[in-house]
Amino acid sequence: MSAPENNEAGDHRSAASVRSLEVVTAAILFALGAVMIADSLRIGAGWNMDGPQSGYFPFYIGIFLCLSSLINFWHAIRDPETATESFLTRHQASMVMSLLIPTTVFVIVIAFIGIYVASALLIGWFMVRLGKFNLARTAPIAIGIPAVLFVLFEIWFKMPLPKGPLEQLFGVA
Amino acid sequence: MQEIQSLIGGFGVALSAYNLLLMLIGIVLGVLIGVLPGLGGANGVAILLPLTFSMPPTSAIIMLSSIYWGALFGGAITSILFNIPGEPWSVATTFDGYPLAQKNRAGEALTAAFTSSFIGAFVATLVLTFLSPVVAGFALKFGPPEYFAVCLLTFCAFVGMSHDPPFKTIASMMLGFGLAAVGQDSMTGTLRLTFGQTELLKGFDFLIAVIGLFGISEIIQTLEEGLSFRGGNGKIKLDTVLKTWRELPRYWMTSLRSSVVGCFMGIVPGGATPASFMAYGLAKRMSKKPKDFGSSQNPQVEGVVAPETAAHAAGTSALLPMLTLGVPGSPTAAVLLGGLLIWGLQPGPMMFVEQKDFVWGLIASIYLGNIVGFIVVLAFVPQFAAILRIPFSIIAPTILAICAVGAFTVSTSIFDIYMMLIFGVIGYIFKKLKYPLAPLVLAIVLGDRTEEAFRQSMLSSSGSLGVFFSNGLVGSLTVLALALFIWPFISQAMSRLKSPA
Repeated sequence: MSAPENNEAGDHRSAASVRSLEVVTAAILFALGAVMIADSLRIGAGWNMDGPQSGYFPFYIGIFLCLSSLINFWHAIRDPETATESFLTRHQASMVMSLLIPTTVFVIVIAFIGIYVASALLIGWFMVRLGKFNLARTAPIAIGIPAVLFVLFEIWFKMPLPKGPLEQLFGVA
Repeated sequence: MQEIQSLIGGFGVALSAYNLLLMLIGIVLGVLIGVLPGLGGANGVAILLPLTFSMPPTSAIIMLSSIYWGALFGGAITSILFNIPGEPWSVATTFDGYPLAQKNRAGEALTAAFTSSFIGAFVATLVLTFLSPVVAGFALKFGPPEYFAVCLLTFCAFVGMSHDPPFKTIASMMLGFGLAAVGQDSMTGTLRLTFGQTELLKGFDFLIAVIGLFGISEIIQTLEEGLSFRGGNGKIKLDTVLKTWRELPRYWMTSLRSSVVGCFMGIVPGGATPASFMAYGLAKRMSKKPKDFGSSQNPQVEGVVAPETAAHAAGTSALLPMLTLGVPGSPTAAVLLGGLLIWGLQPGPMMFVEQKDFVWGLIASIYLGNIVGFIVVLAFVPQFAAILRIPFSIIAPTILAICAVGAFTVSTSIFDIYMMLIFGVIGYIFKKLKYPLAPLVLAIVLGDRTEEAFRQSMLSSSGSLGVFFSNGLVGSLTVLALALFIWPFISQAMSRLKSPA
């Protein structure tokens, strides 16, 4: 699938080439295959009294993964196009990061402040930073959506989600 | 005709007020999911699956499958009005659908798309009604070698039918099998690939993988492409609908051809997306004016009819192997299969004997669901299209939050939310590098059972692969699988011979 060219203003220089990503992906998959082979050999990849051992099937899966990754690796370094083709431009990279960083923070803080407060903060952050909304318009939406989720899950479906100090304060945790 | 009788019984099950209400909710949610970027059939169903744990299984699957039908309908709306395929199988619909909308013929294109979707689904449901009892009866005789051969066929079909590089398909698939192997070995209880981590003991749940791979990755991609939604007016007038309906019988041949392509690609797991492209290509090749297909001057309604019919037919018929063999033909069918297992039903031929009410209730609900869906989308297109006017800075974090909630509820584990994010990043990179995601997901779902079938076969033959050729049935399945597997290499070699570069 060829992504449509980004028309917005921004840095169009390449942040990473397709080749570098291809090579890294193939290498990681090869390593995973090697881990599978090693672990299968550890628990036994052959036969014992009651038939094939636990590592019998994953052993071959590991071999196939390693072989196909080698071929993908070979294709990536041989194909001249992959060196010049851009995986993503600097502008795109900054867009992706502007999503990934707050999402990572969101996922990490769920364990401490609960999923509802974390969601409110995530929505608020996106609206103010990316959507350029002012606080007066942001607050009702950022608080409203988690509130709807709260009613839906805690009350309607009786399915408790992670909660934090705020919910404790209200005595609902 | 015993099928007709069973089907009437099925309508009796599906036609309760409660089930019809769930169907309507499912369809509306499904269209929403289809319209919104970042939510698709597979991960939409995966997120909502935990909410159905307490429902009776028949009602649960009616709601979840209705979400799927809704999503199939919804994908066409954004393709035609905004040139944004809400779902991958609607990409081919944009070729003629969007130019039609630009020429103020959006109503016509939408009516044609919905009607074709409906027809495709209807044909596929007929196939499902009459073919699945036959396949199920056949499958009752299956032993482990036959079951393994069917799985092999499924996975080889991905290599043979997909346009993605074959070795990337294989790598993606093997990664899925590897992830499936993590945790306790179901046959001996030995711990595999856990490295002493307690979080890994229960293995990777494929629902988490689906939410990450399809949901999170799509949001990342949408943002990266810097979408701006500028679209036509989606209001459909009644006389446009009637006028389009009068025109549509002209394309009966295209509809029929696309339905056949779709049903075939759904049963052999090629999937809805390749089916839609294949049907579009065929319609273009067979047409008297192939140059007008996808042109901005004279876009063809037929170019909307073909992919929509095929996609919907494929999406529906993907349930056939899932119900009769327990081998899903698409990621969404795989998620539904996961649901069946959670509700305590064992998909496969025995279900047609032991769970008649469930199976026929589901099949009857597909007929009803598509009628309901057809009416809902025709009537409320502008409302659904208006959703895309909500700024992405509100939609994106909301969908992220819903994905996190969905991942957590699968087994009430916060660790799963971390895994979801990691799968999201993997999915984004894989998609951009053309590593297909569907075989990865299916391998996670089918991994354990494929392995079990393989080991049982090996046990019975004391390690000889000859067991997969030991009788006509398993032999032909294996040969067909191997033929599909080597097909891309043969066609590559042939094209290289033809044009020595």
